[in-house]
Amino acid sequence: MDTTTPSSVNTASLATGARPRLQTRFALVDVNNFYCSCEAVFDPRLVGKPLVVLSNNDGCVVARSAEAKALGIKMGQPWHLVPREFKAQGLKALSSNYTLYADMSHRVMTILGGMAPRQEVYSIDECFLDFSGMGLITTSLRDHGLLIRNRIQQWTGLTVCVGIGSTKTRAKLANHIAKKNPQWAGSFDLESLSIDEQQQWLSSLDVGEVWGVGGRLTEQLKAMGINTVQDLKEANPKRIRGQFSVVLERTVEELNGISCLVLEELSPKKQQILSSRSFGRHVTSEADLREAVLTYLARAAEKLRAQGSIAGMLQVGIRTNPFKPDVPQYNKAISCKLAEATDDTLVLGQYAIRMLKQLYREGYIYQKASIMLTDLSPRTERQITLFEDTAGREKRERLNAALDTVNRRYGSRTLQTAGAGIHKSWSMKRGNLSAAYTTDWRSLPTVQ
Amino acid sequence: MQRTLIPATHTPQFPSAMFRRNAFHLGPAHPEPISQRLPLIASPCPQAGFPSPAADYVEETLDLNELMVRNPPATFFVRVRGESMVDARVFEGDMLSVDRSIEPRPGHIVVASYSGDLYVKRLSRLSGGRLALVSENAALRDEYPILYLDQAEDCTLWGVVTGSVRRF
Repeated sequence: MDTTTPSSVNTASLATGARPRLQTRFALVDVNNFYCSCEAVFDPRLVGKPLVVLSNNDGCVVARSAEAKALGIKMGQPWHLVPREFKAQGLKALSSNYTLYADMSHRVMTILGGMAPRQEVYSIDECFLDFSGMGLITTSLRDHGLLIRNRIQQWTGLTVCVGIGSTKTRAKLANHIAKKNPQWAGSFDLESLSIDEQQQWLSSLDVGEVWGVGGRLTEQLKAMGINTVQDLKEANPKRIRGQFSVVLERTVEELNGISCLVLEELSPKKQQILSSRSFGRHVTSEADLREAVLTYLARAAEKLRAQGSIAGMLQVGIRTNPFKPDVPQYNKAISCKLAEATDDTLVLGQYAIRMLKQLYREGYIYQKASIMLTDLSPRTERQITLFEDTAGREKRERLNAALDTVNRRYGSRTLQTAGAGIHKSWSMKRGNLSAAYTTDWRSLPTVQ
Repeated sequence: MQRTLIPATHTPQFPSAMFRRNAFHLGPAHPEPISQRLPLIASPCPQAGFPSPAADYVEETLDLNELMVRNPPATFFVRVRGESMVDARVFEGDMLSVDRSIEPRPGHIVVASYSGDLYVKRLSRLSGGRLALVSENAALRDEYPILYLDQAEDCTLWGVVTGSVRRF
């Protein structure tokens, strides 16, 4: 099983000219407590303290430092429901600073890209690396994981864990083991263990820890007597396929070292694009709602253009806060089929304004607006209409392209339609936002 | 060897859309960073007609990043407050480039977090072999005491200062 050392390459097969089968090896690298750790890099007073980062609008806990986890703060817990005594014990809360996190993520991913032949950025703080074939040049992949961990630690101040396995699913489990068991110092290679040792580890893990096995599936599996990862590994793939899905069958194969999740190429494009937010304060006027709707619409249209699609249908919705049953409730959305599928912010905006007019009722305290673009198709397959103004259309395309370029380069909402509002009094509450330490010359950390 | 450099503070184009596009897809590592630099003559030499006599003298434009930033993902900028390092020509308001990938050694000017504050100081080995963060301002020596690393509850050497930028 273990063939990570050069000496274990089958020299007999080399002599006969047969190519030794390249072992697949994946590593999953992720940053520990990413958002909180980013904040602590630039504010050393936060190191070792209980810290949480709150969602947009400062509503819920979306990230916790190790110390905050130890206090028992739950992921997704509404901040106003966090007991006051924790706050008295020094629990700090910051608004989410996505500008900072994106910059730090970019640094981490750039460094990781230089430490493996191939890389897949999986999320803002997780990355798969392809270590296949590296066993031939590195004596121990776990040591390479430690090297990665040290480099990220030194270069960025962030701590990562590295899990190594013959498939992505096994790498993900190895990462979990690396994270929960300090004796591995943050880097764990599942394949370097004997079959017996592997079995011991996998039997100690709840089946819910397997990548892609969610809460409901976990319950169903347990009802069948599949309680641990090892149980799932030993399950009959065909039976799993019959009772659940091809996806779970593949997971079983992956647990057994048969790599199924390599060849998946580009993920399919989004079939719908949603842009919705809660307001930072209560909104009652149609003018404020219009600004919000046009702002979210601009964002959705930008995403639409980024994936090269056009939308045939637009949905606009507004609602009051359902968690305040004592105030009058209103919740309505309408859809509209567009005369011609488009990705033009201005055209979509005109529709949205008309739709909002229909939706709006006076006398309610609105809390949220949403925009949804559906009926998407590739831009290249656009139907040409009979009375088309080609020159005008090309001009519009250039305008939208310029909008995207400027907003990409100078930050979102640098250029926008006037209707989207300038002051945006309805916009998000971010009462405790840290500085853009790495992206704004005026916000650099100060040293004395 | 030609090195492609991007400003360390360049806001990365990292919309979530990009992650989604990459999901399930193992692309090549080492994505080439976008260089902001342009050669003086951008157009290639024409195939027909009189070749530009300047074509042989195409030089690259000067880029401050090249001077300031050797390792972009490990380089950060900080701003100086106070007068503690004026003898090392580090002045109030200066922007310092800090490279975290350099192993700090005695003699380096470093940024360090010391009991919760970030300092810029000379890392020095004093008599008896003790490592300390030492200010360099002979005129105001008493105002800036020596910070001994072994006396701090928590001290982290944050990075090594590689340069300074001052705007007038």
